[in-house]
Order: sequence, then structure tokens, then C-alpha cells
Amino acid sequence: MSLVQNIVIVDYGVGNTYSVANAIKYLGYSKLSISDEESVINKADVLILPGVGAFEEAINNLRKRNLHQVLNQQVLVKKKPILGICVGMQLMASFSEENGIHEGLNWIEGRVKKMELPCMFPVPHVGWNDISITLKPPLFDLTSTNANFYFDHSYSFNCEEEYISAFCDYSIKVTAAIQKENIFGVQFHPEKSQTNGLKLFRSFFNSIN
Amino acid sequence: MLKKRIVANLVVKDGIVVQSIGFKKYLPLGKPDISIEFLNQWGIDEIILTDISASKNHRNPDFKSIRKAALKCFVPLTVGGGINNLDQIKELMHNGADKISINNSAIYNPQLISEAAHVFGEQCVVVSIDGVLATNGYKVFDYINQKYLEISPAEFAKQMVSQGAGEILINSVDRDGSYLGYDLDLINSICEVVSVPVICCGGAKNSNDFVEVFQKTKVSAASAANFFHFSEHSVNTTKYNIKKDINVRLETFADYNNTAFDENMRIKKKPDGVLENMLFVRIEKEII
Repeated sequence: MSLVQNIVIVDYGVGNTYSVANAIKYLGYSKLSISDEESVINKADVLILPGVGAFEEAINNLRKRNLHQVLNQQVLVKKKPILGICVGMQLMASFSEENGIHEGLNWIEGRVKKMELPCMFPVPHVGWNDISITLKPPLFDLTSTNANFYFDHSYSFNCEEEYISAFCDYSIKVTAAIQKENIFGVQFHPEKSQTNGLKLFRSFFNSIN
Repeated sequence: MLKKRIVANLVVKDGIVVQSIGFKKYLPLGKPDISIEFLNQWGIDEIILTDISASKNHRNPDFKSIRKAALKCFVPLTVGGGINNLDQIKELMHNGADKISINNSAIYNPQLISEAAHVFGEQCVVVSIDGVLATNGYKVFDYINQKYLEISPAEFAKQMVSQGAGEILINSVDRDGSYLGYDLDLINSICEVVSVPVICCGGAKNSNDFVEVFQKTKVSAASAANFFHFSEHSVNTTKYNIKKDINVRLETFADYNNTAFDENMRIKKKPDGVLENMLFVRIEKEII
């Protein structure tokens, strides 16, 4: 296990960056930074795009800091692995319908839509839910069956099934994790899912040389 | 399936976690970072940290102490107390809060709720309502001015959800620290009128109260403060007992199947012979 990867948590103003950093540091990774600077992001071996925030605010913040171009270069051209968390994953979609229609990074073709559920299912979807894994490597290499993770969202990622690596049941099938080549995203918060979350980070970093 | 959440509510007064009784009496318990570290290890589902002295003294949330407390918190941390503008919320999120809880500002500056939801998403905004039973029904209680308002908690909750609140935390002033069980009527009055998750608080004595509130109301989460602090294995034994009837998260190596509980749902001492054998049971620490 290598602990010297250069991990950069992309700071675009509205994420819970400190929580994510705490969880990763706990696992022993020492080269970890939280940054919105191009020079720092360019040197990363692996990127994390955290999220707690509304889509519009998040994507506007990325653009204001010119991070969408920096990330496009690192992720689409240089093929660096990136993990998006919650709204960080939703940013990877083509469009979001949160407070109007907004364009995303369009890395994984998909649309972020408000969850429409029967009335006994409160929205936002908040709490610990079991996930069903459809593609284990690399994110769920260390995850046991029926593992639960902490979710907190009102909108969900709708895309082709080939990109979905896990989903959860909340009266509808909710996309819990997506992946496409070097691009990964989780709707839940691994940094807030205790041991199961820490295992996910470990699996992800282990998969990177 | 989504699990019901068992939440710990830490009330902080002047930097110290306190036991609150009837919103009037406070007994000191310890430092927030220590309480959070333990609750996290015991497998709590979520922690709400409420600083009751911030708004009262017109000061900012204590960012430094929250930063310290969040360091070992790998479950969601909701922070409340003294929040009255967006910059403070941003600062809290940068210091380890995952959600924020707004109480007094929700009454006097409801605009803040919609602004916060617009920037941070509604899932980040918890509106905390203190309810009290007055002669003509339940009313919203303003703890800063120690008086109740004319509006009912249910009506107020409805307004807050339309402003963008993502969760409602309903706290019973009458049951606070009373160990009399949750105020089911108050909780139901909220659950019936809002579509967002509701967290209840106030009056839990032991796991039976949690089971009752989950069976008789539609709450998504039930919280308690005091009793988690005062009994052995409190979080895990509570969850173990709730899990017989309700779908909750229980992840522990401890096995309570052969454990006896007393009438207060506290663990009874095992026979000496059993305890002696347990000395030789080796539990490997899980390495991630």
C-alpha cells in the first residue's frame, strides 16, 4: 500500500473540504492538500471533488475560479483519477435541474433530477442506506455485502446503466456510485460513513499506482 | 432500505457539553471533542452540536472548537448556535460541519433559510424548532427571550420547509431532560404537515422510547442527549434493543445476545465465570 500519492482535494468554496481531509489523513496519507490553485492541481496524482452545496452555486464557483478548464485538462486529457462526492459527483453530469437547468462538466452523460417519490418517502433522502454493488472494483474492493453509507441529497444522477457501479433503494433505484474510465463518483458521503467510508477511500487509493 | 437514525444531541454552553434540564438547569459533562470522539466510536449515526450560549451572547459560532471537535468525527456533524449570516455558514462548513442547524434566526430572519438553501442546498439546512405546550396548544418557544410565540410548531415548520429547510429538528421544551419519553403529539403534528425528514428530541430515557417514537410517528431520526452520556455501551445497547423492531444501523463487534438488561435497559453484570473467560477472548482490531 502506497501512502505517498499526491492527493488534492479541489476547493471550490462550498464543499466540506475539512471533513474529507480528516478522513483521508486518518488513513495515513501524508501528501494531502486542499487547493483551488492550478499549479497544485496539476501536480496531483489523484483528485477529489468534494461536495455539499447546491449545483448552481457549485458549478458557478468552479467556473469563476477557472477550475473547470484545469480539471478538464487533468481528467480528460491527462486521465488522472478523480472521485466526486455528492454534488461533486453530480457536477460530472451533462445537466442538472436543481433550481433551473444548469450545464455540468459533461464527463459522464447524464442528468441530475429531483427525486420524485411516494409521499411516505421524505425528500431530501437523508441517512444510512444499504447499497447494491453492480461493479466492485475499484471503489468497493474492500466493501462487504450489504454495506451502508450516509446519504444526504434531494437530486439524483440519472444515466446509462453501464456507468453505474452501485445503487440504493429508496422506493426508486437511486444511483449511488458511477464510474467511467478514470472518473468516479459517489452520491453518498464516504467521509461521513465511518468504517465503510474509510474502506472506500482505501480501495480507491489502492487502485492507483 | 433507508435506516432510521439514532442521533446524539450535544448541548454546549460556554465551551462545555452540558446536560440540559427544562431549558433552565445545566450540568457540566465535558469537552465537545472528547464527547464526539467517543460517540463516533460507539457507532452513533449522527451528531448535532448546539451551542446555546452563542446567540444569547451575540457572538459567532466557536469555529476553533468545532474544528477540533470535527477532527475525529466520521459521522455527519450538524452544528447550530449563533448562526445569522451566510459567511458564518461557509466558515462552519470549512471547519468540519456537514450540516447547519438554525433556531433563533429562523424565527426572526427566515430569509436566511432560503439564502442558505440556495447556496448550500436544502439538504444542508436543518431548522430547529423548540415546541412548548401552552394553554391553547403547542407553541414555538423563543429560548433567547424565554417566551413562547403565537405560532404553532407545525405551522412554523411548514413555513420553514417552504423557505428551503431540508430537515426539521423538533425539540420538546417540556420533555427536555425529563426522561418522560418523547412528546408524540408534538412530533406527529410536525410529521403530518412536512415532506422533509423530521428529527425528534427531548425526553428519551432508554431504547423503549426510541422504539415507541419510531412506531407511533413518522420521524426519520430520534435524538437524545443526556442518557447517552450516563450508561455503559449506551449507543450500541440502545441500537441493539431498537433493532429487534426497527431497521437501524448496528455495526459493532460486541455481542449482546447473551446479555441481560435491567428495567432501565442498562446492561446487567455478567456472572464472574463468564467475565473471567471474556478476558481470554481476543478481538482483532480491524485494519482498513
